[in-house]
Amino acid sequence: MWREAAPPLIFVVLLLAAWEAGALWGGLDPLIMPAPSEIGEQLVLGFSSGVYPLHLGVTLAQSLAGFVIAVAMGVGIGALISISPLVERTLNPFLIAFEAMPKIALAPLVIVWFGYGMGSKIVLAAVIAFFPVLVSTILGLRACDPGRLDVMHALGASRGQVFRMVRLPGALPFIFSGVNVAVVFVLLGSIVGEFVGAKAGLGTLILYANENLETARTFSILAMLAALGLLLHFGVAALRQRLLFWAEPRRGTPGH
Amino acid sequence: MATPLIAVRDLTKIYPTARGEQVQALSRVNLDIRPGEFVSLVGPSGCGKTTVLRILAGLIRDYAGSVSLRGQAMRGPSKDVGVVFQDANLMPWRSAEANVMLPVEVLGLDRKAMRPRAKELLAMVGLEGFERKLPNELSGGMRQRVAIARALIHDPALLLMDEPFGALDAMTRDTMNVELGRIAARSNKTVFLITHSIAEAVFLSDRVLVMSSRPGRIVEDIRIELPRPRDLDIIASPIFSSTVVRIRRLLDGEDATALPSIAH
Repeated sequence: MWREAAPPLIFVVLLLAAWEAGALWGGLDPLIMPAPSEIGEQLVLGFSSGVYPLHLGVTLAQSLAGFVIAVAMGVGIGALISISPLVERTLNPFLIAFEAMPKIALAPLVIVWFGYGMGSKIVLAAVIAFFPVLVSTILGLRACDPGRLDVMHALGASRGQVFRMVRLPGALPFIFSGVNVAVVFVLLGSIVGEFVGAKAGLGTLILYANENLETARTFSILAMLAALGLLLHFGVAALRQRLLFWAEPRRGTPGH
Repeated sequence: MATPLIAVRDLTKIYPTARGEQVQALSRVNLDIRPGEFVSLVGPSGCGKTTVLRILAGLIRDYAGSVSLRGQAMRGPSKDVGVVFQDANLMPWRSAEANVMLPVEVLGLDRKAMRPRAKELLAMVGLEGFERKLPNELSGGMRQRVAIARALIHDPALLLMDEPFGALDAMTRDTMNVELGRIAARSNKTVFLITHSIAEAVFLSDRVLVMSSRPGRIVEDIRIELPRPRDLDIIASPIFSSTVVRIRRLLDGEDATALPSIAH
C-alpha cells in the first residue's frame, strides 16, 4: 500500500513546493498561477464561510441524480434493444444520429426547457452520460457466451430466466466500462449546464471567480472538482468490486 | 427386453450453409438406449455426433425423423435430461454450489430441500470443501466436475455428455474417466457419451456406436462385455485392445483424421 502510494505523493509534494517557490521568488504572476498556499487559503475560506459546501452539494447532487438516471435508462433501453429486434430497428437510426451529435450543444436548449435550477443540469448530465452506458449494455448483452445459453436452453429456461440469470450478469463487465465513462460525463454535464445558466453549483462559482480575476479562487474550485471526480470514480470502483468480484483476475486484489 | 429410454428413428438433419448450399449432417440415424445403459457414440470430427446430442438435448428442434423419451415423442428440452458440454459453461459469478443449484432455480424446485443434495453431489464428484469457490478459483478438471454435478442435481434419467473431458490433459482425463464410470454406476444413470477417443468410449461403455462422416450414420453397434464400473487395469485386457483395434479399423476406412491418440 505504502510502496504504491509513495511515488505519486512524493511527486505531488515536490511539485507543490516548486510551485510555491516559483510564486515566492520566481515572479509567477498571481493572476495566472497563484501560489498553492493562496489556493489553500481560498479553500479554507470557502469552506468556513459555508459557500463551498453549498455549491459543492448542488453539483454533487445534480451529478448523482444524472448518473442514476443515465445508468437506469442506459441499461433499461439497452436491454429492450437487445431483447426486441423491432425496438432495435426502430430506435437505431435515432440513437446513431443522436450519439454522433455533441450533446453539450443541447445545453442552452435544456436550460430553456428546464429552467435555471438543478433540473436542467440533471437532464444534461443524464443525456451526456446515457450513451456510453447504452452502448456498453448492448455490446455486453450481445457478447453472451453461447455455451452458457446452451446450459439454460437445455433446462428449458424462459427468456426472462435467461436474461436475469445469464445475460445480465454476463454483461456487467461491459456495462461497467460504460459506467466508468458515465461517471466522468455527469460531472461534465453538470458543469456545462452551470456555465450556460444556473443559480448555484461549482460551475457558477468558477464563472464568478473568473470574472473577478480571482484566479486563486478558480484554482481552489478546480481542486474541489478534481476531488469530486475522484470521489465518484472510487464510488464506482467500489461498486464494481462488489458486483464484479468474480471477474477480477485474482480475488482479493483490488483493481487499482 | 425393457422399453428403451431413448429411441431415435430415421433421424436426418440438413444444415443450410451461408452460401445457400445444404449439408447433410445426419442420415437416417437409428439408436436405442435402454435404462441404466452407458452408450458412447464415436466418430471422426465433424461427423454429426454433436448434432445427435444437441437434438437429444432439445437444443435443435428442426430435424426429420423421430426422437422419443420413454415412448413419448420428444420436442424440445426435457427435465429428464441432464447435459454436460465440452466446456464446463459455469456461471463465473456463481460459487460451485450455486452453479450446481442452477437447474433447481430454473426448474422452480424447492431450493432448501435441494441444497443438501447439491452438497452431496459435489462430494460425489470429489469437490467436498470447494462449495464456496468461484469457477476461476477451480482447475479445468474441477470445473468439469461441477458441471457433472449440475447435470445430475435434478435427477434426470438420462445424462448426455459431449466430449466432456476433451479440453483436459491426458492424466486428468484418465482420472475423470475412472470417476465418471464410478459415478454412472453408483447413481445408476443412463449415459449417452459423445467422444472421439475410442479408448475412452470402450473404457466406459456397455455399447459403443460407431458413426461415419458426411452424412453421419451409425455403421456399427459394439457391445463391450466387461462389467462396470471398470478400473484402468482393463486397458491391458485382450478384450479392451481388440475392441479398440476393431473400432479403429472401422473409422480408418472413413477418415484419417479419425485416428484418435490411442496413447491417451
